Amino acid sequence: MPSKLRFRDDEPQEQPAVTLAAFLDQSNATAVRIEPGEDARDLIPYLGRLSLIEIGFPEFRDGRGYSAARILREAGYTGELRAQGDVLVDQINYMRRCGFDSFAADAPLDEAVAEKMLHIFQHDYQPAADAAVPIWKLRHG
Amino acid sequence: MYKYDNYDQQMVDDRVAEFKNQVQRRLAGEITEDQFKPLRLMNGLYLQLHAYMLRVAIPYGTLNSEQMKMLGHIARKYDRGYGHFTTRQNIQYNWINLEQCPDLLDDLASVEMHAIQTSGNCIRNISSDQYAGAAADEIADPRPWAELLRQWSSFHPEFAYLPRKFKIAVIAAPEDRAAMRLHDIGIELVEQNGELGARVFVGGGMGRTPMIAPQINPFVKADDLLSYVEACLRVYNRYGRRDNKYKARIKILIHEMGADEYRDQVEAEFAHVKTLGIDPPRAELERITEFFAPPAFSSDAEADLDRSDPDFAVWIDQNVKAHKQDGYAIVNISLKPVDGIPGDASADQIDAMADIALKYSFDELRVTHAQNIVLPHVAKRDLHAVWRALRDAKLADANLDLISDIIACPGLDYCSLANARSIPVAQKIAKRFESLERQRDLGELKLKISGCINACGHHHAGHIGILGVDRKGVENYQLTFGGSGAEDVSIGKIIGPGFDEDGVVDAVEKATDVYKALREDGERFLDTYRRVGVEPFKEAIYAK
Repeated sequence: MPSKLRFRDDEPQEQPAVTLAAFLDQSNATAVRIEPGEDARDLIPYLGRLSLIEIGFPEFRDGRGYSAARILREAGYTGELRAQGDVLVDQINYMRRCGFDSFAADAPLDEAVAEKMLHIFQHDYQPAADAAVPIWKLRHG
Repeated sequence: MYKYDNYDQQMVDDRVAEFKNQVQRRLAGEITEDQFKPLRLMNGLYLQLHAYMLRVAIPYGTLNSEQMKMLGHIARKYDRGYGHFTTRQNIQYNWINLEQCPDLLDDLASVEMHAIQTSGNCIRNISSDQYAGAAADEIADPRPWAELLRQWSSFHPEFAYLPRKFKIAVIAAPEDRAAMRLHDIGIELVEQNGELGARVFVGGGMGRTPMIAPQINPFVKADDLLSYVEACLRVYNRYGRRDNKYKARIKILIHEMGADEYRDQVEAEFAHVKTLGIDPPRAELERITEFFAPPAFSSDAEADLDRSDPDFAVWIDQNVKAHKQDGYAIVNISLKPVDGIPGDASADQIDAMADIALKYSFDELRVTHAQNIVLPHVAKRDLHAVWRALRDAKLADANLDLISDIIACPGLDYCSLANARSIPVAQKIAKRFESLERQRDLGELKLKISGCINACGHHHAGHIGILGVDRKGVENYQLTFGGSGAEDVSIGKIIGPGFDEDGVVDAVEKATDVYKALREDGERFLDTYRRVGVEPFKEAIYAK
């Protein structure tokens, strides 16, 4: 079973991601990794030249990465946004909604289960970083 | 009341399908208990001392008779014939099998009910004023706003793994019947220049570090509400403490950074979030509001009551409250009989309340945070019939807000977190003060019992609070005085060394004796305590 899933058509980004501190220290890297306690907004001035942002999930219960992902997408980032670490198959749906399009889990991810869990919900109540149309918009046009 | 459209129903049905799949994978051993735990919690399923416990959501405490009947059906089919109404205006069942849980959720979904986000570190069921739509003092019905928040918070993808649980209450009256400022977010609807908006308090809570929420914004417009609350949550999700689960609630974050700094951060986040288009058009709030239009009250309902039956008259005086509509009244059904378990109701009693609501209360019931039930719209001419029907179901105890109307958590009899039993203490106190005449002489006296410092029994907000602790393997009970969850909100203070089970009952009785000796005209226990302070009470209670 693979531990990686990707929801992009472009070439996978395989370059090593540098730490946020190294990146901000005038690195010209195109891939950066941020940890739960770090501020995703530090990256906003550089989004144009980044092709991979990896967000670490050392522990699946730590939900800070969900906000980090949305903040990056809301700021216009269009490159690969990867959730790496203790990422569980039942979390992928909400992570996709927050803007992640790539997953590198410590443990194997069952693709068939992931596929099923991603498509159970037909609608969403609230807009997020994906293309979902919220129910209130469906109601009122 | 609110009625699901196809979208709402689909969301609940899809959630059942999702959880079925997760339960199957858990039973097949494909996911570990550690991984399954947050999934089952987000579906209201706890592992308790003896079995799984399922908490069913009752949004803002409102339900119709068909839904109430379903709660009775579930008590019979999946539990041991009773259910336990909680301080979150929900109901929980203590004897559930994991294998049967998906079927149970299917049954709930058939009457527009669910257990979504009734547990876990996410936004929980939104609570509200149990007299909403009926109270004479409300400026609006708060429930449309609560429903708007319910939909926004349901399956919110960013806030499913918060540092800790998150509770929101919405009220719209000067009298606070929902302990609004003891919530993570408390919203009071207020009017400004003829427009309704939200006065927002953030960072209240009970638990081991009780806090009263400071005001963060005096007026958030309806059109900005969801963006504003989203900003409040985002700041919390990013900066709330995750190093220690006992310091992870938003109250600790706000206490440590200060309300002013938190407000500034929320304002900055709001300025950004507001550009994202997450607020629905006003038409959505209007759509929801239509569901809460007043029922078809009769304009010529008689107001005269025959009070010749003394038991009926006492019940009227104690449990029946003024309604905004002439000729109608709000009926409180006490779930606090002496010898009973606070908040418990049998399946037969649940059915009886459903039948009475259908016949006499425009098909509506409410659950209160004090673990009682309300029939919000009863014609005064029907009060005697309602009382007789309640009496037949052993539901006519006339003790609302009296010393035996005790809030108690399940305690060590059920809960895996508890240090001490709550239920037997509640029963002993109710027994000691069994005489209704004596209770009525003591007047309003809110007594609340928690079996551990997590404070599920709201002891911090009790005029008299009792906290069960474990002292070297022996159950010990601390007494607090002076708390209130109402508009005069305050946190009770520990009066001195704790007691054993019988000792705490004696101490409560001595406290009421002191109150009776010192009270001035019209003073409640709480008022006297606030005026004279703790010393006279301590002297009597700890006298050698």
